[in-house]
Amino acid sequence: MRRLGNRPDALIEALHSAQEAFGFLDDATLRYVGESLAVPPSRVFGVATFYHYFTLKPKGEHTAVVCTGTACYINGAGEILSAIRSELGIAPKETTEDGKVSLLTARCLGVCSLAPAAIVDGEVEARVAPKAFATRLEKL
Amino acid sequence: MTSETTPPTRPAPSRRPTDVVIPAGPVRVSAYVCEAVSCLSAQSHDVLTGLGAQVAAAELTDVAVKRVGCLGLCAAGPLVHVPETGQVFSRVTPDALGPIVDTLTTANPTGTLVDQPPFFSRQVRVATEYSGVVDPESLEDYVEHGGYEALRKALTTMRTAEVREEVTKSGLRGRGGAGYPTGLKWNTVARAAGSPKYVICNADEGDPGAFMDRSVLESDPHRVIEGMAIAAYAVHATSGYIYCRAEYPLAVSRLRKAIRDASRAGYLGTNILETEFAFEVEVRLGAGAFVCGEETALIASIEGGRGTPTPRPPYPAVNGLWNKPTLINNVESYANIGPIIRNGGEWFASIGTEKSKGTKVFALAGRIVNTGLVEVPMGTTLREIVYEIGGGIIDDRPFKAVQTGGPAGGCIPTQFLDMPVDFESLLSVGSFMGSGGMIVMDDTSCMVDVAKYFMDFCREESCGKCVPCRVGTTQLWMLLDRISRGEASLDELAQLERLAGMVQRTSLCGLGQGAPNPIFSTLRYFREEYLSHIVDRVCPAGVCTITEPAALA
Repeated sequence: MRRLGNRPDALIEALHSAQEAFGFLDDATLRYVGESLAVPPSRVFGVATFYHYFTLKPKGEHTAVVCTGTACYINGAGEILSAIRSELGIAPKETTEDGKVSLLTARCLGVCSLAPAAIVDGEVEARVAPKAFATRLEKL
Repeated sequence: MTSETTPPTRPAPSRRPTDVVIPAGPVRVSAYVCEAVSCLSAQSHDVLTGLGAQVAAAELTDVAVKRVGCLGLCAAGPLVHVPETGQVFSRVTPDALGPIVDTLTTANPTGTLVDQPPFFSRQVRVATEYSGVVDPESLEDYVEHGGYEALRKALTTMRTAEVREEVTKSGLRGRGGAGYPTGLKWNTVARAAGSPKYVICNADEGDPGAFMDRSVLESDPHRVIEGMAIAAYAVHATSGYIYCRAEYPLAVSRLRKAIRDASRAGYLGTNILETEFAFEVEVRLGAGAFVCGEETALIASIEGGRGTPTPRPPYPAVNGLWNKPTLINNVESYANIGPIIRNGGEWFASIGTEKSKGTKVFALAGRIVNTGLVEVPMGTTLREIVYEIGGGIIDDRPFKAVQTGGPAGGCIPTQFLDMPVDFESLLSVGSFMGSGGMIVMDDTSCMVDVAKYFMDFCREESCGKCVPCRVGTTQLWMLLDRISRGEASLDELAQLERLAGMVQRTSLCGLGQGAPNPIFSTLRYFREEYLSHIVDRVCPAGVCTITEPAALA
């Protein structure tokens, strides 16, 4: 916060930092950020919910992000999602009941040459094979 | 909007400078290892360290092992390029480095290079001239290759009006998609009343299937900073922002390092290159909102708010960030500025077509063999790009269409394969240059499904400010969904076309105005596919799930 100079226009940067530190943004965090930057809670909440990158719910132990950009879509991103649904029983934005794996989708990771691509806990995976990928997630 | 996406990793993995091998004496031969995201995810960093270790073990004291940016042929990564012989090693694995080490041991460069495959030889590289050549994390390497010379030339030998004149002469048009003449924009900002002025680099590359800007930022970040500094000088600005997607962690970390290094070396800050010019740059992270690529929304986001667009005029050139005159250009536009100042506007204008000057970087993706990045002169035909450079369709399947322009673009069918690619010709066939994504489709893609995919994208990315876009995109998606399931009637097809026209005419910003484009373009060239779904209740490509007749009753 101090690094960002406590300016209202640093709101998005501050939310990025908070999410990086805590994994998600809860009410207390949002309130604290707002007070520090002199931004009303309505605006903090408005910004936090506007942008896809911010998440207000805690995530599972592991996070899988499946890219659904055009190149991945054409190369079978849908099959990855359905394989995960049948193996782990979760849809995008959901977490398995045991809190192990959260599934998210991305609008394009910019690694279209590796389509279909996914990211598991920060590591990019290229040319994902739906069935094997889902099985591996289940074993995490 | 929903909180849909939370991609990757921040911060990017840190690397030790010791991984790179630079001999003290003269270099006989060198290995350039690609370390852009695509190759990195295929373990190219292990290739780099492995090569370094083996070169050291073999006591090859005249061999350099260097980290470079994107070599372009991402499909075949990790790539290692030996520039002295012209060899490119593809799909290198860290445990099979023998052939490369052999080459490095025995190569005795005589100046003759091995023949390059068309993927490399057919390209003309301006914006990406140093991608795959310079070490993206080394300012010294950039300067050694003539970096910041253009800035020096501008600051010490040219008046601001002369810089703008040179850019105008070059005929450069905005590479973000709309193709607005860059020189004209610079003049507007320079003449606008108000101070301070700002320059912004739009690095919010949101079009799915486009990754040119990511690659430029990861491969040669100083080039963008230099372009921005020249622009700032030309329009009398003193500070700038690079608005970059948070989804590109490596690009962000390399940019930040480049800014730090450039500031320390006196290419940014006050009294740049011992002149009175002062300029500072800051990186601002996007947070996953496609609409923020629209310039007024981008400004709202830099100001720390929700990224909703505002009506234009006033244009940002007159009234932009903090209500001050603001120059916004795209990454690739800035990347072209250095060469234009170095070689002159006329040189740049000699490349390309009459109305579209210079080169364009395209991201090839989809069902194409050589996925990756290519830079070709404007006016190169689609056939050359897809078949000669791109290597054709995977498994030699029939070409169906190439999609350009992102979610606001269109699908270009087979009969236009010999069309030269430039701003005008793309518009004339109902598509759009966009930022340069080219997604190649074969007969396994259903065009109704493609239209539905893009409408789903726009529906989710609509910021919700104006009704035609917020409600219209959802209604259009529902109609497309019904058509794809074989549930729709011909009346609904007519309704789809009427509504699409309404959304196009009445939306506030480019997102809504462009959203119906995939519908228009697929209807124009693939109407029979829509009719198959509606009348015959068949998806010719076998993609869509048609509802069983029993379930319809």
